[in-house]
Amino acid sequence: MESLFDFSPLVQEFGTILTGFWSTIRLTLMSGLLALILGTILVAMRVSPTPVLRAAGTFYVNILRNTPLTLVLLLCALGLSDTLQLTLSSDSPTNYYWWAVLGLSAYTASFVCEALRAGMNTVPAGQAEAARAIGLTFLQSLRLVVLPQAFRSVIAPLGSILIALTKNTTIVIVAGYIEASAVMKQMFDDYGGTLPIFLGFAVGYMVLTLPTGFFFGWLAKRLAVSR
Amino acid sequence: MSANVLFDAPGPRARLRNNILTLISAVVILAIAYLVIKALADKGQFAGKLWEPFLRGDVWTGQILPGVIATLEAAVVSAVLALVFGVIFGLGRLSEHSWVRVPSGAVVEFFRAIPLLLLIFFAQAGPATISGYTVSVPAFAAVVIGLTLYNGSVLAEVFRAGILSVPRGQSEAGYSLGLRKGGVMRLILLPQATTAMMPAIVSQMVVLLKDTALGWVIAYEELLNYGLKQIPSNFGNLIPSAIVISLVYIAINLVLSYVANRLERRSRRSRRTTATVVGAPAAVGVSAGIE
Repeated sequence: MESLFDFSPLVQEFGTILTGFWSTIRLTLMSGLLALILGTILVAMRVSPTPVLRAAGTFYVNILRNTPLTLVLLLCALGLSDTLQLTLSSDSPTNYYWWAVLGLSAYTASFVCEALRAGMNTVPAGQAEAARAIGLTFLQSLRLVVLPQAFRSVIAPLGSILIALTKNTTIVIVAGYIEASAVMKQMFDDYGGTLPIFLGFAVGYMVLTLPTGFFFGWLAKRLAVSR
Repeated sequence: MSANVLFDAPGPRARLRNNILTLISAVVILAIAYLVIKALADKGQFAGKLWEPFLRGDVWTGQILPGVIATLEAAVVSAVLALVFGVIFGLGRLSEHSWVRVPSGAVVEFFRAIPLLLLIFFAQAGPATISGYTVSVPAFAAVVIGLTLYNGSVLAEVFRAGILSVPRGQSEAGYSLGLRKGGVMRLILLPQATTAMMPAIVSQMVVLLKDTALGWVIAYEELLNYGLKQIPSNFGNLIPSAIVISLVYIAINLVLSYVANRLERRSRRSRRTTATVVGAPAAVGVSAGIE
């Protein structure tokens, strides 16, 4: 019973816990960046005048959005890396890190793409018509007129996606890369599943997600397009 | 704004350019597809004996179907419990009494801010440790508890947004007819809010169904477990099996998404509600100004 309020494991393993959360942060930032790039390319494909590109974009988004992330990451780690021997680095942890990043960003990109597409729908048609009227091409009107406004209106949804991504990095536990949730699992095995350990890690994730949320909420208000 | 506002109706030159672009992109996509297929074929992933199990009835009835059923079981039980949890805490957050409102808000925001996997781990390991290893939580229960707490909290936000999306005049009209708080909620707000939040609820069900796959981590025997552990260990066909299993997931989720879209279109047309259709709730903090 005394283990109920025993916070000492958290103090003893503090260094390991910090390393775990540092891995979480690295995974989140790298996958977030790649997902943003890939998602932007996907949304450009989905609104392009080329039917083949539109179909390819829709196909990708529908496949990835409807597959569990656990399956995506397992396919990356067990399938592509272990079965097919496609290694991204000779160092094993680095290899699994990059496969995890690829899996996370491939999955998250489909959500970024959908958020951006919803954002484009908030840009009034007159903006795109004006862009065309002054002779901008498709790519120019996308790059100079529509996307800048779309990005500013989807900052809040993108923030939600980034927070979901932070929480989703826990699933990397199935892909053999050690981050915070794997550290917690290990501590549960070593010290038992006590409430203090759980609360410690819960607070750790809240330290990551809550400021991100407030920052994006603030940014969304600050950058909102006034109409 | 629909996509075709972005470009003019193509003239002869634009049509030519579009056709060339279509050709190039088709070639590029086919090339990528070819490279993927060739890479798989070079590793012998198209060998008949790897795919043959999926043509056999006993693999479907013995492994895939039980997997689907276990997945759906976990999903349905958690969905029902999450709905109950969501109604209680969503209405709790709207309560006029701060001793109900504040704790409900804290619970909802706590479970929304932490990863689902942490909840599942703790649901499994916590009771065992605290009871001195006399209680053991089955994997099914741990998955259901985790899914209920997380999705219930998200649904609580959906419920709250749904109730708040009914114009204030509606409840004022109810009060002026002499209804009490309970009557206004039951007869006026809930029926209208339900129509408005149905699409968001069904979309959350897709999330919930996908999250049952987390059962893998604590060895709950659902579709992913059968598909990526048991079938490959019998036939050594991890990649073909993963492809088949993902198709099953995609099929189930596409049906659910289709239902959500239909419901959304119907609620937008509906004259049975004065509420605006509710979207998925933003993450904690992002939507600080929801009130």
